[in-house]
Amino acid sequence: MLATARPLDTRFRVETPEGIDLLLRPAGLVPRALAFAIDLAIRGLALLALFFLLGALGQFGLGLGAILLFLINWWYMVLFEVLNQGRTPGKQWLGLRVIHDDGTPVGWAASLTRNLLRFVDLLPFAYALGILSCLSHPAFKRLGDIAAGTLVVYRDSATERPALPETEPLPPPFPLSQGEQRALLGFAERQEQLSAPRRAELAAILAEPLAVAPEQAEKRINRIARGLLGPT
Amino acid sequence: MKQSQFEHRHQAAWKRFARQLDTLERGKANGKGCSEFAGAYRQLCQHLALARERGYSNHLVEHLQQLAMRGHQQFYRHRSHLGAQLIGFLLGGLSRLVRQEWRHVLAASLLFFGSLIGMGVLVYLVPELVYSLIGPEQVSAMEAMYDPAARRLGRFGERNAGDDWMMFGFYIMNNIGIAFQTFASGLLFGLGSLFFLLHNGLVIGALAGHLTQLGYGEPFWSFVIGHGAFELTAIALAGAAGLRLGSALLAPGRLPRGEALRLAARPAVRLVAGATLFLLIAAFIEAYWSSMTFASPTVKYLVGAGLWLLVLGYLLFAGRGQHAPD
Repeated sequence: MLATARPLDTRFRVETPEGIDLLLRPAGLVPRALAFAIDLAIRGLALLALFFLLGALGQFGLGLGAILLFLINWWYMVLFEVLNQGRTPGKQWLGLRVIHDDGTPVGWAASLTRNLLRFVDLLPFAYALGILSCLSHPAFKRLGDIAAGTLVVYRDSATERPALPETEPLPPPFPLSQGEQRALLGFAERQEQLSAPRRAELAAILAEPLAVAPEQAEKRINRIARGLLGPT
Repeated sequence: MKQSQFEHRHQAAWKRFARQLDTLERGKANGKGCSEFAGAYRQLCQHLALARERGYSNHLVEHLQQLAMRGHQQFYRHRSHLGAQLIGFLLGGLSRLVRQEWRHVLAASLLFFGSLIGMGVLVYLVPELVYSLIGPEQVSAMEAMYDPAARRLGRFGERNAGDDWMMFGFYIMNNIGIAFQTFASGLLFGLGSLFFLLHNGLVIGALAGHLTQLGYGEPFWSFVIGHGAFELTAIALAGAAGLRLGSALLAPGRLPRGEALRLAARPAVRLVAGATLFLLIAAFIEAYWSSMTFASPTVKYLVGAGLWLLVLGYLLFAGRGQHAPD
């Protein structure tokens, strides 16, 4: 039931040839804008450094500078995205990456498309079209992303294994559905992040079906979760 | 099977797989280690499916999912053999693509060259018209540039060898930037490409007509004819790519607009890549050949005509009658 219902969050499903679903978390407007701002600052600094360095070289330096300016303006994003696993320095900083819609790493053609079309996202001023498109698309795509078939997602980092409270395991009082089973385990795994009153409040919801007093419910759920997990 | 038994049994395999992923992601994998990767990846996918199906805890499912995602990133790629693709593209892929997209290329060429020639003839007949498009200072700057008295030609009269480098860089930046804008603004239902094609055509045509009418025709035409073959064609190609995007949005056929756009973007961006190559060649010719004054105008006209024939011949005939496209 939980697995099939339309999720409330913005996760994006990709079915792989192995028959499993990869769940991707598309990044919204604010982190993407911040990443862009960081990249912009880096490019600005690089150009400033170039200006002083090549200024000393005279005309030859100017020509070289023009080529480098072109490279930095149009190719900075593409080169980083393709050669650095979909991450420009700004995206790396914010834990984002660019991938194809089907979950594969972004390639030359797609990266070039999305970055050339950035010009249109910039129109008519200050990224207005890009922002509108990003806010109205379910996976937060700007126009360039729609045309190139790419997606900006969060890179998930490994999490610490949460410790379940040490209690006596207990078999569930009645057969549990898969969703119920995961909900109980989820409660037990997440309790470090919740305050004691909130834990009691959540557990009290289940007091009646578990046939215990509301104060006992939390302990009972932990014992059932421990039983579900099995002997360690 | 209980979750902890499951974890206990497969923990070692998952750790091994994670280590393998680490080496792959850092690009330090050797052939031997990779031979087991496919099997390990499929097994991990099976474990993930099992863990989901049996309702194991979120932490375990998410951990396996992250491993599967990283494995998927390493395992599946869109095909890209850059070197071989580039050579194939140069030898016939581009011209085949141009012929395949002939409707948009023809439309863009008619718009661009049509406005160019039309405006040129108009300005030649009615000289005052040039000021309706271009400011007087710019016109006089252009006049100074192509004054037959100048030793060297081009946008910056007197130059030495270092200047050729500067101009090369300048042409690359300026022209390819224009081509990219012409393409990208096609996303606005083709209107942007339309604007840039017409605007560039009108301005170039007006200048050509004006300079010819002033009697500066010989320095001007002998300067532009060489690199014009590549430069003007490239702008038409970039415009065609933009129109391709615009037409996908205006008339998506049986596809949803987003999908039609995604499909149209692929040939369009390849056209733009072709236009970029043309502009690189044009910048080279413009900086190192067109600006030279040692060759007589007759030689320049001959070489220029040869280059135009080369471009047309390439676009019309290259890549025909070979084996099926790769």
